[in-house]
Amino acid sequence: MSDVLVYVLHYDGAFNKNSLGAISEGAARAAEVGGACDAVVVGAGASLGDDLCRSLGRYGARRVFRAEGPEGLAQPVVDVMDRVISEHGHRYAIFGGGLLGFEIGAGLAARRRAGVTMEVTAVRAQDGELVADRPILGDTKISVSRYRGELGIIIGRINAFEVREVGGDQAEVVDLSVEYSPWSMQAEMVTRGEQRGADIDIEGADVLVAGGRGLGNAEGFQMAEQLAGAFGGNAAVAATRAVVDAGWYPYAAQIGQTGKTVSPKLYLAAGISGAIQHKVGMQSSENIVAINKDPNAPIFEFSDLGVVGDLNKILPKLTEAIRTRKAG
Amino acid sequence: MKICVLVKEVPDAAVEKRIDPSTGRMDRSGERNLNPYDTHAIEAAMQLREGGALQVDEIVAVTMGPESAVRALHKAVSLGADRSLHLSDGSLAGSDVAATGYALAKALERESPDLVLLGQQSDDGECYTIGAVVADHLRMPSLTQVVKLEVDGDALRLERQAEYGYDTVRVKLPAVISVGDAINEPRYPSLKAIMGAKKKPLEMVSAVDVGIDASLVGADGSRVHCGEFKEPPAKAAGQVFEDENTDETVAKIVDWLVERKLI
Ligand SMILES: Cc1cc2nc3c(=O)[nH]c(=O)nc-3n(C[C@H](O)[C@H](O)[C@H](O)COP(=O)(O)OP(=O)(O)OC[C@H]3O[C@@H](n4cnc5c(N)ncnc54)[C@H](O)[C@@H]3O)c2cc1C
Repeated sequence: MSDVLVYVLHYDGAFNKNSLGAISEGAARAAEVGGACDAVVVGAGASLGDDLCRSLGRYGARRVFRAEGPEGLAQPVVDVMDRVISEHGHRYAIFGGGLLGFEIGAGLAARRRAGVTMEVTAVRAQDGELVADRPILGDTKISVSRYRGELGIIIGRINAFEVREVGGDQAEVVDLSVEYSPWSMQAEMVTRGEQRGADIDIEGADVLVAGGRGLGNAEGFQMAEQLAGAFGGNAAVAATRAVVDAGWYPYAAQIGQTGKTVSPKLYLAAGISGAIQHKVGMQSSENIVAINKDPNAPIFEFSDLGVVGDLNKILPKLTEAIRTRKAG
Repeated sequence: MKICVLVKEVPDAAVEKRIDPSTGRMDRSGERNLNPYDTHAIEAAMQLREGGALQVDEIVAVTMGPESAVRALHKAVSLGADRSLHLSDGSLAGSDVAATGYALAKALERESPDLVLLGQQSDDGECYTIGAVVADHLRMPSLTQVVKLEVDGDALRLERQAEYGYDTVRVKLPAVISVGDAINEPRYPSLKAIMGAKKKPLEMVSAVDVGIDASLVGADGSRVHCGEFKEPPAKAAGQVFEDENTDETVAKIVDWLVERKLI
């Protein structure tokens, strides 16, 4: 019997899409190795009602282990999963992409002496076991992970697991009362999910002009805004985490691992290196244009049109040329 | 209090990374340097010391790796660490993330730090989870990807970006914190500091010295085996050209966009 346990993150009354994808994936793969998929949820009781928890059955969860505990922190979840696995003997733990999943999966690996693979893009059943594909070396190779020992931990890359509805709202809810480790209680959430900067909507845009650290400073974003303006209509400006963390542009415009996932008709990246955590949020764009002064920037590996050059020279002229074309 | 900073030697970013076909492991030979992300952790330790809100008595750089890794320690010391601890042992080669975290935790136990700092990721392994592994072994709270760190009584007030926006978390010491590269701008070492780095105390310890259980480390002690390297599905290579004459460049971009009906 090879059961799978999935942690399901929730916020503001809704489950995280990547977590739901992990249940779908966990249920499908568990079935191939003769097991079933269970879920773990941790939070303030009121935020995790019976109906909400039972709804995880829709994605393939058999049971939902529910524990009252702090939200948004990894270590309390490690305590809960450790307890569930020690009592029920799950063979695999799967996490949907997301920062918390990385932290919980790693903590659980330490706690239960398990193997862990992160940034997994595919899980497969092979000879009665699950193996995980993980792209490495800037996505130029895929390494296959096989697990030894009692538990294998699989942490998905963001958007790697598709959400599929396979059942009804009938997952069995099992309440747990967990005694948390003292060190898990040493961290306390003060504020969660703060949106920094203007609340701009980029998800519906057909054209995204995305700016990174190469724009130089917050003022550099005016070049990106003017270019987006020249495209007119449904164009907007997006950003990398590096510039959002630096306070140059609002969080609502961030693309990637801990930001938004978009697939516009055109993604024009200016001064963006193309880190994996950025790529995962925009790689399904229909057309990708990159402007970067470094010919070795990883973004050129996955752009359709790449221009090696200084954006300070190119962007203003490109804006002008597009304006002229539109006017003419 | 004592701060330990975990550092790592990685291949220089300019060197092409590859898998050694004979061992199936990352080829870690060639030009090597201190993992650039770790310099932010050292800088964070220095700012805590200079900030004065906490009495920082000592900053210790800690690494696990082959003999050549001393260079990363020298660099760390030139950036401000007072001394270093080098865990080096042939039995550790081939350790996976969980085994590496366990071994580092054993080395750290010997120092009993009040705070462990590390960089957000290693430049070579594309891994950002080692801090969480180390923390669980040390029974300390942990937070990764921290971009703001302030002292708040006997605790740290930390900010980081998570799935739904920015979180602020208060963490009581001792703790293990990984910092993002936006947290600070690392200083450049002075020539004097570079020259003096080799004279600062450096202790080399083996797996036995720090009480590592040999069955839990190395390739045999690792619970995940990575092998069978495959090629990813090929994506049609895009067109790349260099900007030599910006007017022509712009005309080319516009034509390309027009062809695809994007303007
Ligand atoms: C757990 C985790 C989650 C993360 N989540 C995200 C996320 O959600 N989104 C995200 O974007 N990142 C995320 N990151 C960070 C990511 O790894 C990169 O650090 C970040 O994407 C880099 O941003 P950048 O491209 O703006 O900066 P850099 O990597 O510094 O790149 C700047 C680029 O600009 C170019 N440049 C500089 N000047 C010029 C010029 N004048 N003309 C042309 N080009 C120029 C440079 O050649 C360089 O390639 C995450 C990282 C981790 C570890």
